[in-house]
Amino acid sequence: MEFLMIVLLLFIIIGAISVSLTKDLLTSLIIFMAHSIAVSIIWILLQSPDLAITEAAVGAGITSLLLFVTLKKIHAIDVQKGGKAHGEDPQ
Amino acid sequence: MAKIRNDYESSWWPRLIGWISGGSDELDRDLEKTLEEGEEAAAPEGDHHEDYHFTERISAAEKATYDRLFAWSRNRGAKLVRWFYRIASVLICVSIIALLVVTAASLPPFGDPSNPANNEVSQRYIEQGMQETGAVNIVAGMILDYRAFDTLGESNVLFIAACSVLILLRVPGNKSGAPTPEQLEAEADDRMYEPKNDMILQHQAALLVPLVLIYGIYVIMNGHISPGGGFSGGAIMGAGLILYLNAFGFKKTGRFFRYGTFKTISCMALSFYALSKAYSFFTGANHLPSIITPGTPGMLFSAGLIPYLNIAVGLVVCCTMYAFYTLFRKGDM
Repeated sequence: MEFLMIVLLLFIIIGAISVSLTKDLLTSLIIFMAHSIAVSIIWILLQSPDLAITEAAVGAGITSLLLFVTLKKIHAIDVQKGGKAHGEDPQ
Repeated sequence: MAKIRNDYESSWWPRLIGWISGGSDELDRDLEKTLEEGEEAAAPEGDHHEDYHFTERISAAEKATYDRLFAWSRNRGAKLVRWFYRIASVLICVSIIALLVVTAASLPPFGDPSNPANNEVSQRYIEQGMQETGAVNIVAGMILDYRAFDTLGESNVLFIAACSVLILLRVPGNKSGAPTPEQLEAEADDRMYEPKNDMILQHQAALLVPLVLIYGIYVIMNGHISPGGGFSGGAIMGAGLILYLNAFGFKKTGRFFRYGTFKTISCMALSFYALSKAYSFFTGANHLPSIITPGTPGMLFSAGLIPYLNIAVGLVVCCTMYAFYTLFRKGDM
């Protein structure tokens, strides 16, 4: 358990740094989702399952969905993929 | 003309924009502005329609004057100020990091029983929470019984956030129900950039959406027995609705969820929360007879008002999440 905790903490540190350093916005969003999942596992290890459920639902789910829609609205995803993403990828 | 443009450029807003986009250094622009003003003062009768080429019209003598006047600030001074900016930014960053690290290091150790957070309040919650509220899940007992007023504030914050997004993003329609040009444009934009009739997505959604919705209802209904509660369950249900919308489009979700639905459900749930909690505040705290009883801990309909308050919070959160998504997509529901 201790080992898992250390791995997860390292993961969220690396994730937080790489979210801010990634140039591609879509990649950075997906790293952000993974970061949220790791934080929610940490909440479970700290024995607060209420927070874990909320973190997984809001942090990894709703926030990323809203950011995806925003990126599409400002055409940030389409520009980077060279017009490939026109109505092809759902989320 | 030139005067007006100068006024605009010297106001703080274009400076901020220029600084953010990194187009030009603020210092350089200041120097340029000073040059321009000096040139105008030197030649007040000059024809203003050739302003763009003003540097070419400066005579050699004037140029020498300006070179002498601005030599220091243009070369050495600019360099010095830039170095000062760099060093100051690094210093400020390092000092803030040091402040945060020192604060984090002086926090009490995690899980220590002698921490200031472990006082008689949490002791009372843990020891007598189940008897007093009837909730097996102590967290639900805390946030919806002891601290229900805070949760009402949180639900209202969500509702106000949804209202602001509505004000900002909603494309207004007309009374007769016929779509306005703005609505048609928003829908065309949405149709272009969002998936339509994706086979894989539809099959996955047909499998997943019922499970997600039932899991959300389970989390809400068992909020006082097992981990979970109104907020997380509502977020799960909202995510399920968004998945359904993505797979099958606005036509199918429009059958059961429209703008009126959002308005009615949110307002009803918030009013129910406020009224029922007001009743329990006035009767519960003063030893007056109350119809709200804790019931048998562990049963589905026990713990007084907690399951109903959970349902109210869950409905508000679910509607708000779904409304956010649809408003972001096309400005209507």
